[in-house]
Amino acid sequence: MMRPGTEAELAEILRSARAPLAVRGGGTRGVAPAGAVLETGGLSGVKLYEPGALTLVVGAGTPLAEVEALLAEKGQRLAFEPMDHRVLLGGEGEPTIGGVVAANVSGPRRVQVGACRDHLLGVRFVDGSGEVISNGGRVMKNVTGYDLVKLMAGSWGTLGVLSEVSLKVLARPQAEATLVRRGQGAAEAVADLCRAMGTPYDVSGAAWLEEGAELRLRVEGLAGSVAYRAQALGAALGGGLELVEGAESAALWREVRDVAPFAGTAGAVWRISVKPTEAPGLLEALAPHKAGAMLDWSGGLVWLLATGGAQAIRAEVDKLGGHATLVRGAGDATVPMFHPRPAPIARLEEGLRKRFDPRGILNPGLMEGA
Amino acid sequence: MQMPEPDASVLARKPAVVAALRKVLPAGAVIDDPAETRAYECDALTAYRCPPLCAVLPASTEEVAAVLKICHRMGVPVVPRGAGTSLAGGALPTADSVILGVARMTQVLETDYANRFIRVQTGRTNLSVSGAVEAEGFFYAPDPSSQLACAIAGNIAMNSGGAHCLKYGVTTNNLLGVTMVTMEGEVVELGGAHLDAAGLDLMGLVCGSEGQLGVVTEATLRILAKPEGARPVLIGYDSLEVAGQCVSDIIEAGVLPVAIEFMDRPCIRATDAFSGAGYPDCEALLIVEVEGSEAEIAEQLEIITGIARKHDPVELRESGSAEESARIWLGRKSAFGAMGQINDYICLDGTIPVSSLPEVLRRMGDLSRDFGLDVANVFHAGDGNMHPLILFNANQEGQLALAEGLGAEILKLCVEVGGCLTGEHGVGIEKRDLMEHQYRPADLEAQMRVKDVFDPQWLLNPAKVFPLSVSAARREGGLAPHVA
Repeated sequence: MMRPGTEAELAEILRSARAPLAVRGGGTRGVAPAGAVLETGGLSGVKLYEPGALTLVVGAGTPLAEVEALLAEKGQRLAFEPMDHRVLLGGEGEPTIGGVVAANVSGPRRVQVGACRDHLLGVRFVDGSGEVISNGGRVMKNVTGYDLVKLMAGSWGTLGVLSEVSLKVLARPQAEATLVRRGQGAAEAVADLCRAMGTPYDVSGAAWLEEGAELRLRVEGLAGSVAYRAQALGAALGGGLELVEGAESAALWREVRDVAPFAGTAGAVWRISVKPTEAPGLLEALAPHKAGAMLDWSGGLVWLLATGGAQAIRAEVDKLGGHATLVRGAGDATVPMFHPRPAPIARLEEGLRKRFDPRGILNPGLMEGA
Repeated sequence: MQMPEPDASVLARKPAVVAALRKVLPAGAVIDDPAETRAYECDALTAYRCPPLCAVLPASTEEVAAVLKICHRMGVPVVPRGAGTSLAGGALPTADSVILGVARMTQVLETDYANRFIRVQTGRTNLSVSGAVEAEGFFYAPDPSSQLACAIAGNIAMNSGGAHCLKYGVTTNNLLGVTMVTMEGEVVELGGAHLDAAGLDLMGLVCGSEGQLGVVTEATLRILAKPEGARPVLIGYDSLEVAGQCVSDIIEAGVLPVAIEFMDRPCIRATDAFSGAGYPDCEALLIVEVEGSEAEIAEQLEIITGIARKHDPVELRESGSAEESARIWLGRKSAFGAMGQINDYICLDGTIPVSSLPEVLRRMGDLSRDFGLDVANVFHAGDGNMHPLILFNANQEGQLALAEGLGAEILKLCVEVGGCLTGEHGVGIEKRDLMEHQYRPADLEAQMRVKDVFDPQWLLNPAKVFPLSVSAARREGGLAPHVA
């Protein structure tokens, strides 16, 4: 295993590499490409934190827990609410901020504030030839040149190894509350979730758990505002919702964020992106393979616990124009993790990989797929 | 600002190019009469002009694909054009290029309120996207100052921002999907009404690529429910430092205003004289706007005015009515018009870390004195996006070059303090030759590699973004030196 302590060491390792490398942050996201492990944990530490500018610059190998603790001290947080994959996948590793970025990991609040990629202001990385590349910066508005920042978010280490990331952080709100309603099926619940997202009440979480048929809606902000919006939102949905506040509310959303209902289960876990209103129909179509379901992003994110049916799942999702990622496999190595892309797009992706990693040594094969 | 010499072989083939384009487009969609192509010789950076070989106005994705196939086959450069409002020269033609305008592509293709998106042809103006959904209580968030005129195509090309992006983000944060035609004429769908990419985030890469990777013909945009209400507060200080500190304190306090606008004394005086907004004569003026219900607005403003008072303002004006709100915004909204009345100006948009605001304003003042040109500042302070207006007289020999020189120094200063050359206008030709101040050769090489993948012959808007000397081998050879 290789564990560079500086960006220069990382560059040297990549320049002199002669065989495939498995790039790893904390190793908690459930991928293990072939090759010698290249771990980024040594590239850690806070480079700059300016709470008044909502900006944080850190080494990519910095543990996520350290980042979150630092921000909490100043009453701030990563607003995109990254999932902790250990709950779903088990494992002992320590998630890193670089891993979060490389996998573009975003949680329930994505529906309100955007994904990890929307909060990523800048990156430094070393490409497959060992060249250090910097893009973006530490300011919130930046259209200087191409946005390689977005390209690197969610590229899973296949275009380069992140050495430093710069993030927009946001204030932790004074208060939060969750409205809960039980007993609605998926179709009814998604209609309500979508209605809620169309109100001016700034909903920051919109989920439905099949277990208990439980709808959850979250509002956050100043205390008076949260009380007002929770009430108004409840009324807009016809009333009869239970109000959960503070730490209890937060616990409900950790569960959604980490897909806790599927923890310790057997079977494959799929993460499916579709238009929200298409989620109920998709669950119905996939009923023969479905062992459990949870909807987030008002239905736009379908978490599916499945027994087999990989081909059928991807075929159904193709009909809807979305995509399905296999987050937890069930032992069938022939099913690719990422949804196959149409040929013209696959060609563009392949072209980018060839130029950023001409020797094909970075997590080879991980994101291929046409 | 240099532009490359036009390709004589393309100029010589003009009749053949025009004839080929006429074959695939309806009558009137190919413009080659020199009197008419003049309308396309520049964008809002009017100091630079060049008539194109011809201009085409396709009405559909299919027509755009047909045009690009021809230009690709014949080796003719293509300059995509939205509404031509670029301040950076993003749509400036060369004599050997075809202007591909999307002005005839203005349709709304789909609105879906349950899933909160609208799909439009990209020639549609920014404001009319909001206009199409406002009856249902929705709006499209990015709001560049030119929103009445500017097209979504240009917004995507430049990743445009606006006054309200502190809360709502810029174009890339509100873009869900695009239909794009590659230079080869192939139609690809990137993203869609669902969230996130199946593979690499190619849509994120295309947004802000200044029309150099493909021509975006249709866009799926996130729409949001309109807030119940909004209200500004006006805060005046007699020190730039104190005003900057107030901005920082408001942000750190955890209230997230939708906008924090900042004006300095030259700008305050000019706009007040122009608009009669009744602004105090002070060093720095902040307009902070918050949104929500009446009670929520009051709750946020209480925190904001509390912070403002701690810094001992010379003016603190809360709005009690829609008229008062409009009056507070009046001067700010007419700032560019006011400046245009008294002078010619160059408007820059470098971004800096908010913490560097006082230092940058002070040093900008020094530069202004050194160059003997006035600089007025009006900008989005919450996100550090400056808008220095350099005032000069275009009729006086040498003044434009002097103003450009001052602009370059100001932008270098933005980079030096940890910021960037452009926050929302784009690089175009205006900041092209400054790119090496922000990026090392390897950083620029990495960006050019992306263009090599999407447009191997470098035919799309080729003379923009990258310094001409840096992109020369690719533009002239058609392929990157190290790529076989």
